[in-house]
Amino acid sequence: MTASNEQRRKERLDRGIKVRSEGIYALMSWRELAYLFLPRVALIGGLLILPLVMPSMYWQRVISIVCIYALLALSFDFLAHFVGLVSLGGAFFIGTGSYIAAILNTTFGLSPIFTIPIATLLGAGICTVLLLPCLPLRGVYFAIVTLMYPLLLARVIEALDILGGTDGILGIESFTNRWMEQYFIIVMVLVLLFGTRRLVNQDIGLVFRAVKDNDQSVRASGMSVTYYKSIAVFIASGIGCLAGAYLVHLYMWAGLSTLALDFSILPIAATVIGGSGTLVGPVLGAFILVPISELLRAFGTLRIVFYALILLAFIIFRSEGIMVYGQRKYHQFEKWIKV
Amino acid sequence: MLDALRLQPVSRLSFPDNTMHILIYGTINSVALALFALGFAMVYGVSRLPNFAHGALYVTSGFITWTFINTLELNYFISILLAMLVTGIIGALIYQFVLIRIRGMEISEIMATYAIGLAILEGLRWGGFRGLTYTLPAFIEGSTEIAGVSVDYQRLLVVGIGAAVVAVLWLFTHYTRIGLALRGMAQDERAAMMLGIDSDLMALAAMGFGSMLAALGAVVLLPLGNIVVEAGYNVLILAIAVCIVGGLGSWIGAVLAAFIIGFAQILTVVYLGAHYQMVVALLAIIITLILRPSGLFGLQKELEERV
Repeated sequence: MTASNEQRRKERLDRGIKVRSEGIYALMSWRELAYLFLPRVALIGGLLILPLVMPSMYWQRVISIVCIYALLALSFDFLAHFVGLVSLGGAFFIGTGSYIAAILNTTFGLSPIFTIPIATLLGAGICTVLLLPCLPLRGVYFAIVTLMYPLLLARVIEALDILGGTDGILGIESFTNRWMEQYFIIVMVLVLLFGTRRLVNQDIGLVFRAVKDNDQSVRASGMSVTYYKSIAVFIASGIGCLAGAYLVHLYMWAGLSTLALDFSILPIAATVIGGSGTLVGPVLGAFILVPISELLRAFGTLRIVFYALILLAFIIFRSEGIMVYGQRKYHQFEKWIKV
Repeated sequence: MLDALRLQPVSRLSFPDNTMHILIYGTINSVALALFALGFAMVYGVSRLPNFAHGALYVTSGFITWTFINTLELNYFISILLAMLVTGIIGALIYQFVLIRIRGMEISEIMATYAIGLAILEGLRWGGFRGLTYTLPAFIEGSTEIAGVSVDYQRLLVVGIGAAVVAVLWLFTHYTRIGLALRGMAQDERAAMMLGIDSDLMALAAMGFGSMLAALGAVVLLPLGNIVVEAGYNVLILAIAVCIVGGLGSWIGAVLAAFIIGFAQILTVVYLGAHYQMVVALLAIIITLILRPSGLFGLQKELEERV
C-alpha cells in the first residue's frame, strides 16, 4: 500500500543500445547494427513482399490504392509538420496530376513511362504557381484556402464543360505489365519516403523547420520565406501529382472524382493515426486505414462515418499517433519513480 | 446548388423586369446566406472555433423537425422549437465532450469539427435520409406579386425572419448579461476572464446558440426545397465564404458580406447560368484570403495572419 499523498511519475530513459548505436560506433557489433537496421529492413522488405503474399488481384489493386494515399499522406505530413503549411487540398494535387497525365496520354499518345514524370513536374509547377499567392497565409487561413481549391477546380470543370466535363476523360492506356504497375508505386513510396526523410535533415530542411517555427528569424537571416515555402510546395505537390498520374493509368479514367474530398481527408486521417511529423507514420497510417475502409465497403457510406470517428478519437485521445508511440517504446524504457 | 432556394434564371431580353427580379431575389438570397452564416460567425467570434460541423447541424435540424412532425405527429410550430432546442444541445455536447479538449490547436479544431460533420452527414445518408420524401411544409402557402415579380410568401417570410434575427441578436448582445459576456469574450478573452466570465461556459453557450441559429436557418429555408444531405456541405462552404469575406469574427461584416455574395450570385445566375453560382462563393473565399485575409471588417491585425 502506498501512502495517498505519495506522488509518482513516469521517467523515461534512452536504452543503452540506442546510445551505443549512435554514429560510427554502431559498427562495433552485430546487435547494434541490427538495432539500427531491423526496423528499416522490416519496412522495405515488408512492402516489397506484400504483393507476392496477397491472395487475389483485388487485394493487389488495394495495395496500389493504399500506396497512392500513402504518398498523399507523406506530402501532407512533410508540408504540415516540417514547413508549417497545413494543406487540406490533397485532392487538388491528385486532380492536377491526373488530368495532365490523361491529356498527355489521350491527346499526344504518350505512354505511361513519359506521362508520369511529365505530369509530376508540370503538375508540381502548376500547383506551385497557383498556390503562390496564398503562401503568405498561415494556419487556419491557409487550410481553408487550400480546402477550396479542389472544389473550385471541380466546379469550373463542371460549369465550363472542359476536360470531359462531368463524364471525365476516358480511354487512357493502362500499364502493360501487372507487376510493373504494382512495384512502380511501391518503389516510389519507399524512394520518396527515405528521400524526404533525408531532405528534412539537410540544410534546406533546417530552413524549412525555421519557416515553421519562426518565420521572422528566417527573414532576419536574409532568406526569402516565400521562396522556401514555394520550394516545399513544389516538392509536396510533385509527390501528390505523381500519385494522381499513377491513379489515372490504374483506373484508365480521369474525372471529377479525382478532386473529391476523399483525397483531402483520408491522408490527413492517416497522418494523425500514424503519427504526425514522423514521415513513416503517415505511410503506416494509410496501410491501416485504407484496407479497413475497403473491408467496410459493403456498409456503403457508413465507412466514412467509421473513419471520421477513428480520426476524432485519435485527435482527442492519442494525438501523438502510433509511430511516435512505437518509437518511444523502441528507444526508451520507462519506470515509475517517486517525486 | 442552392437547390433549396430554387433560383429561377430569367430571360435576358426582359430588362425592366430583370432589374426588379434581381433586386427582390438578390435580397432573399442574401438574407438566406446571412442565416447560413450567423451561427458560424457567432461561434468563431466568441471562441475562435471554426465550426466545420455547421452544415451538418443545419441538415440535422431539418431531419429532426421532419421526424417530430411526421413520426411523432407534433404541431409544426412546437416541432420547430423542439428541433432548435435539440440542435442547440447537440452543439453544446460537441463542445463539452470534444472541442474543449483541443481548444487552441487550430488544425485539430478544424479536423475534429470536420470529422464530426462528416460522421453526422454520412451517417444520415446511411440511415436512409435521402430521396424526395423529406420536405417541410411552408409556413404560409401561396404567392404574391411585387412590382410584377411573383414571390411566394415563404420567401418573404425568410426576409422578415432574417431581419428579426439580426435585430434580436443585436439586442441580445447589447442588453442582456449573457449577451454582453459573449461580446466581452469576443473582444478580449483574457480581460473577460479577469472580470469573472467563465471562458468555457461562454464557449459552450456560443456553440449552443450557434447551433440553434443553424437550426433556425434550416427550418426557415428548408420548406423551399427538399431536405438533402448534400446541402450540408454547400451550407458549410457558403457560411465560410460569407464569414471570410466579412472578416472572421465580425457579425456586421458577415451580414454585409452576405449581401455582397448574395447579389453577386444572383447576377451570375441571371447573366452566366446557374452552374457558376458556387464558383462565385469559392472565388470570393480565395480572392479575399489572398488580397485581404482579415476580410472587409475583420477584427484581427493583418500581421497575425500573414508573414
